[in-house]
Amino acid sequence: MIKSLKTMIFVGLASLLLVACGQGGGGAGSKKSKTLDNTKKAGFVKCGVSQGLPGFSNADASGNWTGLDVDVCRAVAAAVLGDADKVKYTPLSAKERFTALTSGEIDILARNTTWTLSRDADIGLTFVGVNFYDGQGFMVRKNSGINSVNDFKNGISACTNTGTTTELNMRDFFNSKNISYEPIAFEKADEVVQAYDAGRCDTYTTDKSGLAAQRTKMSAPDDHKVLPETISKEPLGPVVRQGDSVWEDIVRWSLNTMIEAEEYGINSSNASSLKDSENPQIKRLVGSEGELGAAFGLDNEWSLRIIEQVGNYGESYKKHIADTGILPNRGPNELWTKGGILYVPPAR
Amino acid sequence: MNLKKFKIDFKNKKRLIPQVLTIAFIFLVFAYFSYNAQINMGNRGISFGYGFLSQEASFDITFSMIDYDGSYSYGRAFLVGLLNTLLVSVIGIIICTILGVTIGIGRLSQNYLIAKAAEWYVEIFRNIPLLLQIFFWYYGALRLLPMPENAISFGEISFLTIKGWYVPKFLWTNFSIFFYSLIASLISIFYVFKYAKKQREEVGKHVPAGLISLSILIIVPALTFLIGGVTLNFQYPELNQLSDTIYNFKGGISIIPELISLALALSMYTATFVAENVRAGIEGVGKGQKEAAASIGLTRGQILKLVVMPQALRIIIPPTTNQYLNLTKNSSLAAAIAYPDIVLVFAGTALMQTGRAIEIISITMGTYLFLSLTISVLMNSYNKKMAIKEK
Repeated sequence: MIKSLKTMIFVGLASLLLVACGQGGGGAGSKKSKTLDNTKKAGFVKCGVSQGLPGFSNADASGNWTGLDVDVCRAVAAAVLGDADKVKYTPLSAKERFTALTSGEIDILARNTTWTLSRDADIGLTFVGVNFYDGQGFMVRKNSGINSVNDFKNGISACTNTGTTTELNMRDFFNSKNISYEPIAFEKADEVVQAYDAGRCDTYTTDKSGLAAQRTKMSAPDDHKVLPETISKEPLGPVVRQGDSVWEDIVRWSLNTMIEAEEYGINSSNASSLKDSENPQIKRLVGSEGELGAAFGLDNEWSLRIIEQVGNYGESYKKHIADTGILPNRGPNELWTKGGILYVPPAR
Repeated sequence: MNLKKFKIDFKNKKRLIPQVLTIAFIFLVFAYFSYNAQINMGNRGISFGYGFLSQEASFDITFSMIDYDGSYSYGRAFLVGLLNTLLVSVIGIIICTILGVTIGIGRLSQNYLIAKAAEWYVEIFRNIPLLLQIFFWYYGALRLLPMPENAISFGEISFLTIKGWYVPKFLWTNFSIFFYSLIASLISIFYVFKYAKKQREEVGKHVPAGLISLSILIIVPALTFLIGGVTLNFQYPELNQLSDTIYNFKGGISIIPELISLALALSMYTATFVAENVRAGIEGVGKGQKEAAASIGLTRGQILKLVVMPQALRIIIPPTTNQYLNLTKNSSLAAAIAYPDIVLVFAGTALMQTGRAIEIISITMGTYLFLSLTISVLMNSYNKKMAIKEK
């Protein structure tokens, strides 16, 4: 009995200690960035990606992740840790992604996620920018005789991912057209593709980039086509937790650096040779002028490392999206100087 | 529960202190976790509250037993998910009981073929993970069904396709009259059996209760059709063309393949455990009982029904309750195949759209707890009824 009493007291004290330790946590928002410190300590960036979306975040046979979204995480790793490969990827379903971010399992969510008001304002997330301007579309079989969304009739069955903006837009769309439809929502993108491919549903709806990418996974990609209409705005971008403004800035400006580098013609092969450029903005971007990194506790070559190791936005797009045949035409994702809508604030 | 058993002995302080400390420890752990969650949610700007339940859900659900579309609230979406969970659980429990009892008795059959077939069934379906079985039915078996234009037809009134199983819809007029007549005949059947038992025990007269009941059950509801103004029509599903190559069925009731595969997998898997319980129960009845029954000239069927089963049930019910609970909880695997149960609709879609993880998961866990406890209470009361009553 005495022995168990001692045990009880010990356990009780230990639990008190636990509570005391717990209070030490939290308290972010000052100039120091807890996420940055933790990332440096861990030696890698914790990045949440999709479970496999060609062009955006997709793992090859040996487990190497590549894609436009992956490059955002790589850019942050290059800026913060000096090595773009120091990233730990966590594949997440649409359902898991925000909880993984708010709970601290990941520090950046680069997973073709649409920026909306409620997500930004309501659930403890902050969107740092847009790395792909997208819109929702529909895919149907080529022989179906459907050439436009106006050909949809009552009773059509539509497959999509659960817990996405797509699911909500789909309802808005069919309601506005006064069409009754059968919604079938799967948790994983692969399950949606499989269901559509097998004929469980007549049309597959998601972001157009997603449709183009997923088509490559189907048994006969040429049997399917994407309808011309775009039914929504889907600005996709990286997300961070609310409450760590320094980390937020690092991720935002890592992305902006990639886009601005393209604007000034800086790419992975010419970046270091441009250190002596006459253009002060180019010099700032390659770290030979100004002290931009100091603003968030990084050295001055952070942006040079991003451009050298990851490349500018155009290189990333070409490598992952255009050359893979997913969306050869950049459309709105072209620089503002070339007729697109990619426009980022100046890094100065 | 007998609380007297747990009465605290206040005189013995040595015993009291560890108990108080244990309670304090549990309390502290809970306090720590809720405090920690509160602080961290505060830091990350996440608010806490159940107000979102009345907000518009704005997503649609494939299959709902009550009126629902995206203009209803999250609370209503929760209800849709809950009802769908209940539906698949009830279907699963009914099928697994029938299947389980049949196979359990089959395993003890004298017929070599039946006994072996039952044994193989149990060994195969019990030893393959449930999720794989769900995948097998959904991605394997049901995905091989034809498109609607080539549907498998059952007498041109019911059609099986990859998009689901279409069955005729019943169109009733004056359904309530028919329904009440059914209840009335069930009540009278209850009294017929009571009377038959009384006659048998007191007078020793045999009343053909089964035959009388069957005729009541057929004649009374049939009368409502003839004189009660009840009519029943069928709306048959019809093939409907949506575009050059897209077809579906219009009219009738559509049973979605997600429900079929989930109900099949759940009941076939759980049936193996029920079968084993039934077998254990029957084998648990003393051999002497069967021999004694045989010696007074009862047939094999009578021995099973009158002597073995009443005693076996006492052994069968408690573990079978567990299986019913397992089946209900396992129905949450629905999320893997897009059956809109409470986990997919509420802990999935609604959680995603609102981002309120703690609130939604707590509601969902509470719901499963409530469901399980309800099944437990029902089965316990049935068990009490079946237990030996010492006279």
